[in-house]
Amino acid sequence: MYQNKGNKATRFGFGEGVVSLGHKYSNTVVLGADITASVSLNGFAEVFPNRFYSLGIAEQNVVGVATGFALSGKLPILSTYGVFAAMRTADQVRISVCYNNVHVIIGGAHAGISVGPDGATHQALEDIALMRSLPNMTVLSPCDANQAKLATIAAAEQVNGPVYIRFGREPVPNFTSETDAFVLGKGQLLRKGSAVTIVATGHMVWEALQAAVVLEKEGIDARVVNIHTIKPIDREILVSAARETGAVVTVEEHQVHGGLGGAVAEVLSQEHPVPMDIIGMPDCFGESGTPDELLEKYGLTASAIAARTLRLYQKKQTITAKHIYSNERSN
Amino acid sequence: MCKVNDIRQLRAISKDIRTDVVNSLASAGSGHLGGSLGLADIFTVLYHRILNHNPQEPNWALRDRLILSIGHVAPVLYAALASCGYFPKQELLTLRKFGSRLQGHPGRDHGLPGIELSAGSLGQGLSVAVGMALAAKADGAPWRVFSVHGDGELQEGSIWEAAMSASHYNLDNLIAIVDRNYCQIDGRTSSVMEIEPLAQKWEAFGWDVKHCNGNSIEELVEVLEFPATKGKPRVIIAKTLMGQGVASITDDYRWHGKAPSVQEAAQFIAEINSYYTE
Repeated sequence: MYQNKGNKATRFGFGEGVVSLGHKYSNTVVLGADITASVSLNGFAEVFPNRFYSLGIAEQNVVGVATGFALSGKLPILSTYGVFAAMRTADQVRISVCYNNVHVIIGGAHAGISVGPDGATHQALEDIALMRSLPNMTVLSPCDANQAKLATIAAAEQVNGPVYIRFGREPVPNFTSETDAFVLGKGQLLRKGSAVTIVATGHMVWEALQAAVVLEKEGIDARVVNIHTIKPIDREILVSAARETGAVVTVEEHQVHGGLGGAVAEVLSQEHPVPMDIIGMPDCFGESGTPDELLEKYGLTASAIAARTLRLYQKKQTITAKHIYSNERSN
Repeated sequence: MCKVNDIRQLRAISKDIRTDVVNSLASAGSGHLGGSLGLADIFTVLYHRILNHNPQEPNWALRDRLILSIGHVAPVLYAALASCGYFPKQELLTLRKFGSRLQGHPGRDHGLPGIELSAGSLGQGLSVAVGMALAAKADGAPWRVFSVHGDGELQEGSIWEAAMSASHYNLDNLIAIVDRNYCQIDGRTSSVMEIEPLAQKWEAFGWDVKHCNGNSIEELVEVLEFPATKGKPRVIIAKTLMGQGVASITDDYRWHGKAPSVQEAAQFIAEINSYYTE
């Protein structure tokens, strides 16, 4: 059973990971695009001022400079808001970084609707879709601050190519352990269950765990899987969830098109089709509000997830019943 | 790599490079002839006189880096690399063909020795060059970074982001070369989108600006051997003519993105021969 050990923003986990990489690897360089404290690069800049490069509000250049560093034996890490990291620089990320297949770590900050008051312009809701479509790119989406730190270190140690790490702005429950193993490309079974599976990523993992508690009270035994590596995705954990529970709900702070839901559907539709529901932003821009107000409006709370999971579970039961009925008739 | 001091010898190499460019494009049946011919002298001087490099050890850590930001003129880069012995010249005839290491735009993933950057989307190379120059500075390494740009390419905003950062970090180990041929696909740069006053733009961005005739081996040698100005990146605005060496297509922007037929290639090579006997 996972307990919240206190709220902490995932961006701070990323920042701590970057500092620890600075200590561990003398070739680590960090590139800032003006919002360094906001995206949690200030810690590195303070400890390693000679390896921190301020490049200003010029994200396209930052990505190219990172490529040049990587081609010269450095381990470059850059970070800016996900809306810029994944979209303003998309061509540079595609050609300079991905086509050259260089080891550049790109931090995508302020992911999701939970960015809150800044509104639609600054809420990254399409970054997973863009980044996971690029060849050679690894896409990470850690669930809490501890995991964000581990994911950042893994991006340096377990990959030798481009990595995009997505993290959020607001404090969220920190429930995993800093001493857990982070195995890139492997999903995590956080809760056993056989009736239905909730596959979640990022901040939504905690909500999914809470949704499973709600469902338990309804007598429904929900499995919860954390997908911290969206690409390459863990096919095995998804297929066994589909086979063993017969229905899969995905939850993400991202558009319903092209994100985690799409990635899971790509696997299951080809390997073990089961009824699915994809919970996320319903093909619309975000807006201003408190994180809680926005998560509530867009159905990204534990209770809303539980309600949709329950509906999917019922759909599965109906389909199973029809299937049994039609089999009996054909016999 | 032994450096060629004799200007006549450099001219002879540039003739071979022009001939190889025409032949490889005729073999490919598509590609960018005009700019590749216009750049033949620049690539000759860079690869046979200026760059510290070793074709026998393409990844030598201390080599000077050459970033071709305008990937579409890959044929002149390939011809220059082959002329140094990075790979056999006959491989030039595989340009743009299925399975070739000579991709339409340079691609490192295909394993051709001597390619520093996969590039082709305009406006990206200068940023990469800045990153490399910063890395050399950080390591106190002696190698330099040369980047080659088109004049039309300077319409990309990302070039100016990179330009700003190069002078901010005093990158006097970075030399950008602008192929100033006044042409781009749609026509004259002045009518498509004016980039003048060009020298003042670079100066305003903190660069040391030099000019030369980019089709004169002598002038290129002089400007490229000119000592760096401490603390400043350098840009060389090299005036060239698209299609230089082939009289019938010189300064004709319609040959920006065209390849010659086999018959045209024979004629163009005859024109190259007479260009060099003048």
